[in-house]
Amino acid sequence: MDNSQQLFEQLFGPEWGAPLYLVVKNVMLILAIVTPLLLAVAYLTFAERKIIAYMQVRVGPNRVTFFGIPWLRGWAQPIADAVKALMKEIIVPTGANKFLFLLAPILTLGPALAAWAVVPFSPELVLADINAGLLYILAMTSLGVYGVIIAGWASNSKYAFLGAMRSAAQVVSYELAMGFALVCVLMMASSLNLGDIVAGQQGGSFLNWYLIPLFPMFLVYFISGVAETNRAPFDVAEGESEIVAGFHVDYSGMAFTVFFLAEYANMILVATLASIMFLGGWLPPVDIAPFNLIPGMIWLLLKIGFMLFFFLWFRATFPRYRYDQIMRLGWKIFIPVTLIWIVVLGAVMQLPETVRLAFPLNLWFS
Amino acid sequence: MNFQDFIFYSLASVLVISALGVITLRNPVHSALLLVLAFVTSSGLWLLLEAEFLAITLVLVYVGAVMVLFLFVVMMLDINLDRLREGFWKWFPFGAALALVMAVEMSMVLMGQQFGSDNMPAPTPKAADYSNTKELGRLLYTDYVYAFELAAVILLVAMVAAIAITLRSRTDKKSLNISKQIAVRRNDRIRVVSMPAEKKE
Repeated sequence: MDNSQQLFEQLFGPEWGAPLYLVVKNVMLILAIVTPLLLAVAYLTFAERKIIAYMQVRVGPNRVTFFGIPWLRGWAQPIADAVKALMKEIIVPTGANKFLFLLAPILTLGPALAAWAVVPFSPELVLADINAGLLYILAMTSLGVYGVIIAGWASNSKYAFLGAMRSAAQVVSYELAMGFALVCVLMMASSLNLGDIVAGQQGGSFLNWYLIPLFPMFLVYFISGVAETNRAPFDVAEGESEIVAGFHVDYSGMAFTVFFLAEYANMILVATLASIMFLGGWLPPVDIAPFNLIPGMIWLLLKIGFMLFFFLWFRATFPRYRYDQIMRLGWKIFIPVTLIWIVVLGAVMQLPETVRLAFPLNLWFS
Repeated sequence: MNFQDFIFYSLASVLVISALGVITLRNPVHSALLLVLAFVTSSGLWLLLEAEFLAITLVLVYVGAVMVLFLFVVMMLDINLDRLREGFWKWFPFGAALALVMAVEMSMVLMGQQFGSDNMPAPTPKAADYSNTKELGRLLYTDYVYAFELAAVILLVAMVAAIAITLRSRTDKKSLNISKQIAVRRNDRIRVVSMPAEKKE
């Protein structure tokens, strides 16, 4: 490490060498996070097709295989899909704003990947250990809606525009509930740093996880997360039966695929944040011999996988919400519930020490 | 010029160009999008000043919420540029006078004693674990608590007023009463009639 830094300083001088070295190092670290993430996205689409297929008593994709190996049947499906999408033509509709039309998918995917900068994978393994990590994540997830709005507008099509409007209104409404649910988490941890939030849930077993004192907030956060990613049952933005496919009707080829990559990357992000903030991140469920020998990252991945399964399960189970019911759920149920919970939590945090000892509240409030 | 200056100048030039675009472009949607770009680059500048809480809040509030609604409205309006331009020269002297007053005021403040770069000591860099979120929170809830609460109340009044203005009881449309829908039981809606089987003729 030191050698390469010295090399940079020799090449670019002492003033430019150090920052350039930092830039190159960070780009490599970013690649180390994004490459597995995009692979996970590809295989999440495969998992979704398989799981929903089994839930509907079908088999799912079972043909495409690597090098003709029979027991890998179906596993090359995401790769084949990606190759197909890459080779398709990207059609820009007449009257569309070409620059914005092509910028929109990038603007959707960019924030979904940028939010990973502050996600801690284990106590040491985090790209940017910043103080305002939670705030940064909220800011990044709130940027994702631009891709949708711009896509809907730049397509110069009524259906795309309607889909974009629906999606924008939905995302903006659920962001509030999501933010308030996270306010409860940061009150518990009294920190915005994601590493500190996980550290605040330490203490022997899963009873210490914020899942238990904040269970309603966990539900609010996760359901808002499903709504934010425009997944079923909140997928009115693409509502096939009424507005064809929503904001991406006019997209084709790779531009279309990038929207899906962003949707799945956002799903993984929501699942990761739920595991970090409510399910104890890298902590094992019980801190005894066989469990705490497994590395923390494996636990985190298991928890992410568990949360992701819910997304797929929801899609196979629930019918789509009606639009006014989505709005009602967001504004009239979630926001009042979160506001009340914040007040209750604040009151509990101000309780005198003796009262807290009488109830086992010291499990969570230190 | 070192690395930090390079970042500052690139962000600043993007900021100035996009801000110019906001007021010169003909298409209001393009202007709004450039305003978003201006907000994002200025939050980058604030990050350079180690004001990370304010920088992230700028993105979160202005870019993530305010501008989304702004774009929403601008995209839905059918703006006729020719009609907007109609009275341009008639109102030009008035607008120019306003702009002049504003420019004079700003130059009086910025070129005065308080903001001169000679009077401002360079800020000392803070340690990595210095949390300016915590510092801001402490200041807002101790020294400036009355001003802060007052601002919150004013915002609340504005919110209630906005809702009160748009709230009207319309009789020409049907609306659902969800609690009524949920309270419905099977017996309210269906009646099971037992009929004796009829003889086939």
